[in-house]
Amino acid sequence: MLRYSLKRLLSLAISLVIASLVIFLVIEVAPGDPASFMLGINAQEDTLNALREELGLNQSKLERYLSWTFGMLQGDFGTSYTYRTPVADMVQDRLWVSLPLAIYALALSTLIAFPAGIYAASRRGGLGDVSIMGATQLGVAIPNFWFAMMLVLVFAINLRWFSAGGFPGWEDGLFTGLKALTLPAIALALPQAAILARVMRSSLLDILNEDFIRTARAKGLTPQQALWRHALRNALIPVLTIIGLQFSFLLAGSIIIEQVFYLPGLGRLVFQSISQRDLIVVESVVMLLVFAVILVNFIVDLAYAWVDPRLRSRT
Amino acid sequence: MSLLTIKDLSLSIHGAPILKDVSLGVAQGAIVAITGESGSGKSLTAFSVMQLLPRGTQTTGSIKLDGKELLNAPDGDMCALRGNDIGMVFQEPMTALNPLMSIGDQVMETILLHTDSSHEQARQRAEETLARVGLPPEKYSLARFPHQLSGGQRQRVVIAMAIALRPRLLIADEPTTALDVTTQAQILDLLKDLVQDFGMGLLMITHDLAVVSAMAERIVVMRYGEVVETGATKALFANMQHDYTKALFAASAHQVALPENTPKDALLIVKDAIRDYPKPRTELFAPRTYTRAVNAVSFTLRKGERIGLVGESGCGKSTLTRAILGLEPLQGGSITALNQKVAPDMPAALRSGLQVVFQDPYGSFNPRHKVARIITEPFHLLPNPPRGQERENRISQLLTAVGLHPTDANKYIHAFSGGQRQRIAIARALIINPELIIFDEAVSALDVSIRAQILDLIAELTRTHDLSYLFISHDLSVVRTITDRVLVMKDGEIVEDGETEQVFTNPRHPYTASLIKAAPTLPDVKALADVSS
Repeated sequence: MLRYSLKRLLSLAISLVIASLVIFLVIEVAPGDPASFMLGINAQEDTLNALREELGLNQSKLERYLSWTFGMLQGDFGTSYTYRTPVADMVQDRLWVSLPLAIYALALSTLIAFPAGIYAASRRGGLGDVSIMGATQLGVAIPNFWFAMMLVLVFAINLRWFSAGGFPGWEDGLFTGLKALTLPAIALALPQAAILARVMRSSLLDILNEDFIRTARAKGLTPQQALWRHALRNALIPVLTIIGLQFSFLLAGSIIIEQVFYLPGLGRLVFQSISQRDLIVVESVVMLLVFAVILVNFIVDLAYAWVDPRLRSRT
Repeated sequence: MSLLTIKDLSLSIHGAPILKDVSLGVAQGAIVAITGESGSGKSLTAFSVMQLLPRGTQTTGSIKLDGKELLNAPDGDMCALRGNDIGMVFQEPMTALNPLMSIGDQVMETILLHTDSSHEQARQRAEETLARVGLPPEKYSLARFPHQLSGGQRQRVVIAMAIALRPRLLIADEPTTALDVTTQAQILDLLKDLVQDFGMGLLMITHDLAVVSAMAERIVVMRYGEVVETGATKALFANMQHDYTKALFAASAHQVALPENTPKDALLIVKDAIRDYPKPRTELFAPRTYTRAVNAVSFTLRKGERIGLVGESGCGKSTLTRAILGLEPLQGGSITALNQKVAPDMPAALRSGLQVVFQDPYGSFNPRHKVARIITEPFHLLPNPPRGQERENRISQLLTAVGLHPTDANKYIHAFSGGQRQRIAIARALIINPELIIFDEAVSALDVSIRAQILDLIAELTRTHDLSYLFISHDLSVVRTITDRVLVMKDGEIVEDGETEQVFTNPRHPYTASLIKAAPTLPDVKALADVSS
């Protein structure tokens, strides 16, 4: 198990190095001058030179790559050109919204999907199965921003249980913060839950056809016992893969929902920096997101090994 | 009174009748075998006793265990009986165990489910049971997972789960079909001992008449969902009444008449062939280590020779086959066929000289292609493949030669049975007149009567097409009749090489002797008949 974890950790480190190289090359070495790209076509020559100086574009590419990566390792992400504030501070503020939102949404999605998928699988072909599968079909088909608007309409405008948008920060306590994130989290979670429930169901049904379920029944287990004790854990392996993918998506891809609820999240930060051509912010945030995705994959790998002893014993 | 009584059991699935008026009984401490070919309904009869039937099944009749009616009993009652009063062992030990649960937990589950014993008591009982089936806890820790055990060991775990609570009835569905002969002999001995020790009744399902004759006191022969004949084993073999029983027995003992062979020039020369597989690395930067799957194997096959290659699973016979077909490179030595070197990059002309017939008649065809396209596939190896009418003629000729009809060329593969598919596979191999054919377990997946027909076909084609072949099989009785020379392989080496009859009657290597001894044999019907008359 330890050896397996170390191996996964090594592959994590290698992925990070490769990712940082790719991001650096795409943004900095791609044809065109970053300074003139950031300032637009009407920029004055001396402004351009000042920016080149500031960005360190006069240095060699290797020096720039090394100072960028070592800077990030020490928490120095550079200074935003548009806002004139350290990128690290901006990212940190946004992360305090996006990370809890992603975790909240993922928790909701799992809490909905597991019971729904398990119930549908255990009632295969029955009314419960058909209704749940119909509902997930809708969940997959309807875009999440539409859910978001409906939620605002019902719970914020009509019932007035939640505010329609904005984020008051965590200073007013955990409950206030969570309350502000509840509608966005539900809007994000519903389509994810629909996908996850379908994966859970089909994975369980595959496992329920395996020989060892028949063995379990021959021991005297009821169909429900066989499902809970033998099928569920085996069915988790594909489900874990999907959960990993969903978390990465929720962290970076919630831009539309952030826009609908007016949340100061990472997605909006990337969007704004791109439209303001603030390459320093874009570069750093993208690297951070890549790091998050690779980290989540590492955790999923560890979870596989926790579930499956065959992976543990393999070196 | 017998322990298990099945009376007039009829069963249909979604309205299609499968079993018709099946009646049989198993007495306490007795071994009863149901035998028959695939589709005879023997497994469904067993699953009816467990009441573990597919959806949409309707049953009538009666199944009584010690007087208690099981048919259509509530599932709650059946759950209390399963594992406690009736244990079951399955065919596929590789998939019958939960891969994520330790073997100890899986055996303990049976005990904890049906008794009030504490965790510690259950653990102790699981240890005793595993020791009883030949897996002592000192050597095989309860914490082991199924993937750390061999097929035979896994089957022992399945048996331990089934007998942990000393059920009155044990049902074994083809318990040794997936195992090697020596393992099969051990598992059959174990089952026999358990029946004797515990006084259980054993209902055994098997297609193998040789296994039946060695194990069972009574036999039930089934065909198309009906019992055609039943009786005490010896008496039944001595005096077979039903034509189907006779045909089944004849097919099991089938001998083919191979034409005389006059070996000519060497066709295939394998010289000190070595095949290594890399092992998974145990340490990150340690040098790779290798498993030697084929170790310095040498033999020569002459034109006109029919050579058998036997050995247990993992002995390297499949690896050697792939190397001979030029699918994988050698790490040492050489293979020469038709005076050319065999390697993955060998020319198409050489490949067209070597053709193969695989084991699985279901998985080795593209279901979207018609038969004509399937059997003409090897044509792409020829520089000038026949076209137009010539191609049509060749297809008709080959289909007729393997006992099919020329019009079959326009059908898809799903229209054919397993035996017919194997005929198509042979037609595909023969269509470019290869010098050498490799039969890789080509009859292992077939029922005995079909197997007899395919063996006859091979013998017939040997006569008409002057075939040379290498016949790889784990089935000794088949190899004995279809080859004139045999190679015995063990741990990657050939331990014996000689005339088939001589090797079988007078094996020189102890391993060959143990293989022949472990293989179950059919009873001598004539001797039995003489005794009874």
